[in-house]
Amino acid sequence: MVTVLGLYNYWIAIFLMMTGFYVVIAHGNLVKKIVGLNIFQVSVFILYISMGKVQGGSAPILAAGVTVYSNPLPHVLILTAIVVGVATTALALALVVRINEAYGTVEEDDIHSQDEPG
Amino acid sequence: MLLSFLAITAIAVVRLRDLFGVVMLFSIFSLLSAAIFVTLDAVDVAFTEAAVGAGISTVLMLATLALTARTEPPPRHGTLLPLLVVCVTGGALVYGTLDMPRFGDPQAPIHQHVAPRYLQDSPAEIGLPNVVTSVLASYRGYDTLGEITVIFTAGAGVLMLLGAGRRRTAHRDDDKDKRGSAMKHSLVLRVVAKILIPFVLLFALYVQFHGDFGPGGGFQAGVIFAAVFVLYTLIFGLKAARAVVSPRVLHVLSALGVLLFAGVGVAGLFAGGNFLDYSVLVRHPVAGQHLGILLIELGVGVTVAAVMIMFFYLFAGRTR
Repeated sequence: MVTVLGLYNYWIAIFLMMTGFYVVIAHGNLVKKIVGLNIFQVSVFILYISMGKVQGGSAPILAAGVTVYSNPLPHVLILTAIVVGVATTALALALVVRINEAYGTVEEDDIHSQDEPG
Repeated sequence: MLLSFLAITAIAVVRLRDLFGVVMLFSIFSLLSAAIFVTLDAVDVAFTEAAVGAGISTVLMLATLALTARTEPPPRHGTLLPLLVVCVTGGALVYGTLDMPRFGDPQAPIHQHVAPRYLQDSPAEIGLPNVVTSVLASYRGYDTLGEITVIFTAGAGVLMLLGAGRRRTAHRDDDKDKRGSAMKHSLVLRVVAKILIPFVLLFALYVQFHGDFGPGGGFQAGVIFAAVFVLYTLIFGLKAARAVVSPRVLHVLSALGVLLFAGVGVAGLFAGGNFLDYSVLVRHPVAGQHLGILLIELGVGVTVAAVMIMFFYLFAGRTR
């Protein structure tokens, strides 16, 4: 029981990661694929942040009377990763918009069938 | 408990075929994960996730949906093979976690490396209560410089992809404004927005400059700033927003932020220290750190805000 509770955060992160992975490989809609990639990304965020947590710790803002803090390093990494993530998402969405203008669709299968010669 | 909610939302995202609903659920998903970050003591991260995930990225996805299709056709391939791949990969990963340190274990390897040094020495070396800001801006300034360069590059990429057709669509802005005027004529929305916007701007400035002491900093402030412009554009139209801040100004500002960051680093070199070493900027090392962090956070905030507003202008300015 202790093992299950102690590893629950990793399992949820893995579950979310696999959900995102599934959306990316099983769905043909490009917007949905991007949502899947974002879910995958959030799962990585949760993995990092949950590793930084210390039992009984407090947020890493130094204050009198607090001795145990959570690890600030993962927070820094993920904080910047989130903003970089939205920048790359915007780039991907821009590509989708251009693909839609060129092919008239955002379905992967339709794009492939248009690209085939003859 | 919250983690389980998150899993349920993720499943709903997979099942739903109405893409508008998917985007809305994803927004909820982001907000839930922000709540989880708070419970895990990562207040700065939660702040960013709530502003970015539930705000900016949702707006960008909705803008994309407006330009493309709203619903997804039923799948044509079998779902068995992807499901199998996912289950095998997931199983392997779960097997891998059995050796991982337990949740919240203070003896875990991650807490033995550089983190104790940051927590113990940063009061003397940098003198800021928020350790996240100290690590972000000073100890790991290199990483942050790299990251805002990535944001700038992504901004340039989107500009290249979507900015090219602007001349062609410019004359259509007028009738677009007329079409999107349902919100413009709502008196309540206009008045509330006009009252709200100055306070949100003030809050963004507070977040920008109070990041040294509490949760906040350039990244969060930049995103909140951008959110104000999104609100303004939604209510008063793209043309009015472009009159307040023109796209050309944004292009310059996004580059200026990166240059300010790098410039502070180079100033450290000239003063006889290492690149991005702020201690040498002023005679007193701790004061130098304060000055350096304030300046580079400003650079981060300017670049992030400019790039995010630019994204929104570009997506919103595109006509079908």
